[in-house]
Amino acid sequence: MTPASEWLIWLVIVVGGLATFALRASFIFLFGQFDDVIARLEPVLGFVPAAVLAALVAPSFVVQDASLGATLGNERLLAGVGALVVAWVSENMLATIVAGMAIFWAVRFLG
Amino acid sequence: MTARRDFVAGMKTMAPVLPGIVPFTLIFGVVAVDVGLSPLQAVAMSVVLFAGTSQLAAIELIGRHTPAVLVVLTVVVINLRVVMYSVSMAPRFGPLGTRWRAVLSYFLTDHVYALAITEAEAEGSSVSLRWYYLGLGVAIWVAFQAGTVAGVVLGATVPDSLGLEFVIPLTFLAILVPELKDRMNALVAVVAGGVAVVGAGLPMNLGLFVATLLGVLLGAALTEVAGE
Repeated sequence: MTPASEWLIWLVIVVGGLATFALRASFIFLFGQFDDVIARLEPVLGFVPAAVLAALVAPSFVVQDASLGATLGNERLLAGVGALVVAWVSENMLATIVAGMAIFWAVRFLG
Repeated sequence: MTARRDFVAGMKTMAPVLPGIVPFTLIFGVVAVDVGLSPLQAVAMSVVLFAGTSQLAAIELIGRHTPAVLVVLTVVVINLRVVMYSVSMAPRFGPLGTRWRAVLSYFLTDHVYALAITEAEAEGSSVSLRWYYLGLGVAIWVAFQAGTVAGVVLGATVPDSLGLEFVIPLTFLAILVPELKDRMNALVAVVAGGVAVVGAGLPMNLGLFVATLLGVLLGAALTEVAGE
């Protein structure tokens, strides 16, 4: 870590922490106000987890060095597909991680 | 003393959840050190943010050298859902004093909310909700920080060549997949994931934002159409 990026990490911690606290405190402190606004936003907010998680996950499995690496023998893609199946069947985080890492390491070190 | 009794009751209710929390925070600690955070920064992030999914996303993006502004924005987007919890708890906690409201807000996480609202809506519940909630929060907080510290210590011994940071997308996948059993969510995820892949070459990880935005807007539009 260079000194500059170390400073930036502290910035992320402090600002990210303050922002997260503000989200949590928002309506507990604004009690009684804007409740109808948030009721209208509720269906939209419900899609945020699926959208942001998918956007975070998909490139990790498919993209390598900023180009499509979706070739057979790509350990990330194979591990991602295997983990997807395990996650669907088991709905268990630990099982998903174990399966994904097992395939990832098997292809990387043995393949 | 009823405050103490209700606090302990909260801690006991949270106890079965903790074995699921510790591995998650352990992973955070290990990978945080792996991508270059100092041990102090890793622990500070767990204490200050106290929001596991957003912390994993943050270190993933830091590892990809994403500008700080976009890392913070991602943290905010991932944590947007707690606004719903805040709305839901407002009638119960809103009338309390400032100090209580601040402390209770800090502990407002997925599990604390889920268990607290269950108790709050239970018929004939006689607990003092604020103390019960505080018990829930403190129990998960201790496990969360202990897991982080253990992960940081462990992380220092893990060689880089293992590619352990790959655990992060797998963790997200495990959270995401149960959501996909709802068809509308599945559609949103496919579009957001697809756009993110296509936009992966965009500077500053902007693809992530475009993809999330398009996914959410699509979901909102489809909901609107279905509602008519």
